[in-house]
Amino acid sequence: MIEIKNVYKNFGEHKVLDGLSLNIETGTTCVIIGRSGCGKSVLLKHVVGLLFPDRGQVSVDGKEVARLDEKELNALRLKIALVFQGGALFDSMTVGENVGFGLIEHSNITRKALLERIEESLCLVGLCGIANLMPSELSGGMKKRVALARAICIKPEIILYDEPTTGVDPITADSINELIKNLHDKLKVTSVVVTHDMKSAYRVADRIAMMYQGKIIAEGTSSEIENSQHPVVHQFVNGLAQGPITETIERFR
Amino acid sequence: MNNIILFFVDLGRRIIVFMYFWGGMANLGAQTVYQVFRPPFDRNKLILQIKKAGYESLPIVALVSLFIGFIFALQTAYFMQRIGSEIYIASLVALSLVRELGPVITALVVAGRVGAAITAELGSMQVTEQIDALETLATNPIKYLVVPRFLALAIVVPLLTLYADAIGILGSYLICVGKLGISGSMYLNVTFDALLYKDLFTGLFKTMFFGMIIALVSCYEGFNVEGGAEGVGRATTKSVVASFILIIVADCFFTALFYFIFP
Repeated sequence: MIEIKNVYKNFGEHKVLDGLSLNIETGTTCVIIGRSGCGKSVLLKHVVGLLFPDRGQVSVDGKEVARLDEKELNALRLKIALVFQGGALFDSMTVGENVGFGLIEHSNITRKALLERIEESLCLVGLCGIANLMPSELSGGMKKRVALARAICIKPEIILYDEPTTGVDPITADSINELIKNLHDKLKVTSVVVTHDMKSAYRVADRIAMMYQGKIIAEGTSSEIENSQHPVVHQFVNGLAQGPITETIERFR
Repeated sequence: MNNIILFFVDLGRRIIVFMYFWGGMANLGAQTVYQVFRPPFDRNKLILQIKKAGYESLPIVALVSLFIGFIFALQTAYFMQRIGSEIYIASLVALSLVRELGPVITALVVAGRVGAAITAELGSMQVTEQIDALETLATNPIKYLVVPRFLALAIVVPLLTLYADAIGILGSYLICVGKLGISGSMYLNVTFDALLYKDLFTGLFKTMFFGMIIALVSCYEGFNVEGGAEGVGRATTKSVVASFILIIVADCFFTALFYFIFP
């Protein structure tokens, strides 16, 4: 279970998280929606301990991330996989070395078993047999799926997806959604998906939380969010140009 | 009045930036030294970096030091011919190359060639979140990225300096023997008479620190890139400039130190 309690985070003058609280139950898929640049990725980085809150707590399975020592933090990080928005593949290594990186560095797995695991993970994302290519030879969508394979390869208990369907064609997007659902159904992983793609959100979510101005302003099942009367949520999920979100921005100018 | 206030605001900001740099460098340096002594040790990555920083620098270092040898011989010949003591060109060239020019020229070449490459590489890794990705895969970026580069440069810069010294003396030899009519064996005798072990030692000892400086500065600047491709460019410039300045300052320090230790 991931518990985020009253978290504040500033970058200089800029308030990004402003007392945000959210609980994500083990084994569920929670989709966090919100506009680009509202701090969704920052929130994910708090869960793996890439960033630490200025105030408040982030706990995973009852342990507060900021209080862990190096060894415990590394153990936690091997349970959590973060799929970066741009893939963040290591471009000095082959696709296979990328996918197997966690195992190569942190386990004594035999070479044969390693190659099998790499191939298995790549096949799961529909990219069998590309282990010897370099990341620079792949398209954007393929890089995203390789990043996903790298996440799956360490058999994590929690997978955090940072905009998994942004910038890929609709068919790939749907296969990624399918994959997220499958991983959740078959392996019972806890998933947190950050996105602003509403189609993807409805498709994969057990629960949806809407982030706005550094807080969670609404949380509920897909249908609750879809039919929400909250003006901000209503504007966002229906993709309207007129509404409270855009009005606030205009007022800032 | 307003200009005066702006002057102090600017001065204050510069001081803060300066302090941040030193704080960051000290932090990175301490963590790097800690990680150097902490198992596991990855020999393959170290060898790869030695090859990149050392082996691939051989041609450029040879070229530069050969020409420095030529130039230095000709420039000293200008004066030595006037007082009729051309033979001492050999000792002058040998001493200045081994004690000073070899180490500094090599360090500057490595800072420009290898340091810039390190900053650009780590900087692009930073902007594409690869360094974050390393951390999420429970891998310490300092252990994984900085330590091999740090050790490689600390090993490679002294070796390259030795190589540069030899090539520089060869350059001067070619000019003296080919152009000024000094006999080859005489040139070598005078050269080895002039050189003491302490000259070689003081020359090489400081280059190990030059190598560490280049590695730490270029890794620090690479890790602290902000703002995409433009930021990578800016950081690369900053890293080369900072390495140059620190190498010269460290050189001055070591020269003064050895002057008093080995008078």
